[in-house]
Amino acid sequence: MPEPPVPPEQPTPPQRPLRSMPPGPHLSGGGRAPEDGAIAATGMGGAMDLATEEGASLGKPPGPDAGGPQDRPRSLWSDAWRDLRRNPVFIVSALVILFLVVISLWPSAIASGNPLKCDLAKSQEGSQPGHPFGFNGQGCDVYTRTVYGARVSVTVGVCATLGVSILGSVLGGLAGFFGGVWDAILSRITDVFFAIPVVLGGLVLLSVVTSSTVWPVIGFMVLLGWPQISRIARGSVITTRQHDYVQAARALGASNSRMLLRHITPNAIAPVIVVATIALGTYISLEATLSFLGVGLKPPTVSWGIDISSASQYIRTAPHALLWPAGALAVTVLAFIMLGDAVRDALDPKLR
Amino acid sequence: MLLEVRDLHVEFRTRDGVANAVNGVTYSVDEGETLAVLGESGSGKSVTAQAVMGILDTPPGKITAGEILFRGQDLLKFKEEERRKVRGAQMAMIFQDALSSLNPVLSVGAQLGEMFTVHRGMSRKDAKAKAVELMDRVRIPGAASRVGDYPHQFSGGMRQRIMIAMALALEPALIIADEPTTALDVTVQAQVMDLLAELQRELDMGLILITHDLGVVADVADRIAVMYAGRIVESAQVHDIYKAPAHPYTKGLLESIPRLDQKGKELYAIKGLPPNLLHIPPGCAFNPRCPMAQDVCRTDVPPLYEVTGAGPDRRSACHFWRECLDG
Repeated sequence: MPEPPVPPEQPTPPQRPLRSMPPGPHLSGGGRAPEDGAIAATGMGGAMDLATEEGASLGKPPGPDAGGPQDRPRSLWSDAWRDLRRNPVFIVSALVILFLVVISLWPSAIASGNPLKCDLAKSQEGSQPGHPFGFNGQGCDVYTRTVYGARVSVTVGVCATLGVSILGSVLGGLAGFFGGVWDAILSRITDVFFAIPVVLGGLVLLSVVTSSTVWPVIGFMVLLGWPQISRIARGSVITTRQHDYVQAARALGASNSRMLLRHITPNAIAPVIVVATIALGTYISLEATLSFLGVGLKPPTVSWGIDISSASQYIRTAPHALLWPAGALAVTVLAFIMLGDAVRDALDPKLR
Repeated sequence: MLLEVRDLHVEFRTRDGVANAVNGVTYSVDEGETLAVLGESGSGKSVTAQAVMGILDTPPGKITAGEILFRGQDLLKFKEEERRKVRGAQMAMIFQDALSSLNPVLSVGAQLGEMFTVHRGMSRKDAKAKAVELMDRVRIPGAASRVGDYPHQFSGGMRQRIMIAMALALEPALIIADEPTTALDVTVQAQVMDLLAELQRELDMGLILITHDLGVVADVADRIAVMYAGRIVESAQVHDIYKAPAHPYTKGLLESIPRLDQKGKELYAIKGLPPNLLHIPPGCAFNPRCPMAQDVCRTDVPPLYEVTGAGPDRRSACHFWRECLDG
């Protein structure tokens, strides 16, 4: 190609026609009707919102004002947060969880007694002043023990979920991003872990542990729980990786780590958060299950599972000793599962 | 020469067999020059561009032969890390759909600024100022107040201009625009193309414009390379090709443009379908659809003949290019 390029002919002088363009921020084609924060707050139905929205955008002068203070930039997260704040299920479950966290940090705030101070003379006695939930088979105060039991449940739930999420999403995310041999190996390993029955695995693995702290239980949950998150993170990363913006970032010179951390993670993490929140509830009930079977936590640790286990033999004579910790457990698990549901609804744009 | 692609072969290993997406593509672009790569879907134009950028998905894709010379250096011999430093800084790409090419969870300012923090090691504050400057340059109204907005808050044309701004951020020597206006409506298309052409002249960049829109090509391109079934079938200066095509496929393409004086008559269409890349016909890949095909076309793959007497530096992969030129 020795020929110098012919300068392209300009049929029209390069005028600046862009002035005449519609400002357009309200007409984005993202498939999701944009809502102004201000207008959405009226709480009107969809049609009403649309009408006012149109009015507002027509009334706005084009140009710099289009992104005025009322129209704050919204991302998936701020959209989700706005949805959550208006969801009663989220509010109720969040309040229950907040209460649980507070009493597990400061149980003495609402229970003045000592959960380990028991008086056999009061064994199986019912409700009485100062002891609203009555006494269990050992003559311990059921109210105090139920309150103190929250700490263990919340600790196990939160720590196991954190461990599972970090381990699972790092392994799954890397496998999904890089693919190839390591991905295949990891997928087979997760299959192996999925084949282990949780309760049987707990009975085998935890029965040899002598420590009475919560850590072996948490470790066991992380060991058996990470494949679940790993699969979800892997799938989510594979989906996100194929998006054009990841290709575009690559075409503009982003490194693997930058693509992974800045472009893929924020777009792929939503399903992991949802599953982790729901899993938190199931870990709490798993701890109770293992403690009930005698392989989880061991006395003198105070746990709902231990209390349910020890009260089960008195169920005909003193059902209250069983019902209170069991009820607390049920409410806690329900609260986390409801929270997970609400978070899923908020983070899944397809449900909007 | 800024970029020279020589005899590039790319194949994709699929479950059904090996698809030969690119079969010996040769083209070149100089500084300040616009090369339009024209072709149907599946003709290998985007795959060639991805190979040049080094963003081909491997596997399943694989470059089996050829050279990609950028300023005389073969990019295919570069290590991945060296290659990455070329991308963005020296060559950049603009994609078809700007909405899906911008990260939905990052503000456009953050994405523009990233170019400067990653490649130039600028502070976030300086990068943001640069982002505003770039948005001004591609004529986003009120750039300073919109730098924190998210991609979905911009119209289609503005998003594509932001994409252009990102590609131009580091003033690369080569831009590959892969159907940059296909997702836009006609009026916005013209604005975006004008902007791209203007910035290209200003920065004296080489531009590879991948498109199937012959109207866009006529306005902005200097040279045209027509692709069919992973090969260049004709390349020439833009005006020569419109005057007299030297390949029956190009001729068919030009005849299928609707014209005003054609009102009431049936629009011409090239009969048949593009070949399956898993089973490219023997001989000239276009022969089953070619009105001029002879026996030799079914057996011998036509080389890229030098076309003489119809404009400078012109090539055609047709055994009968003389007959084609004559009409």
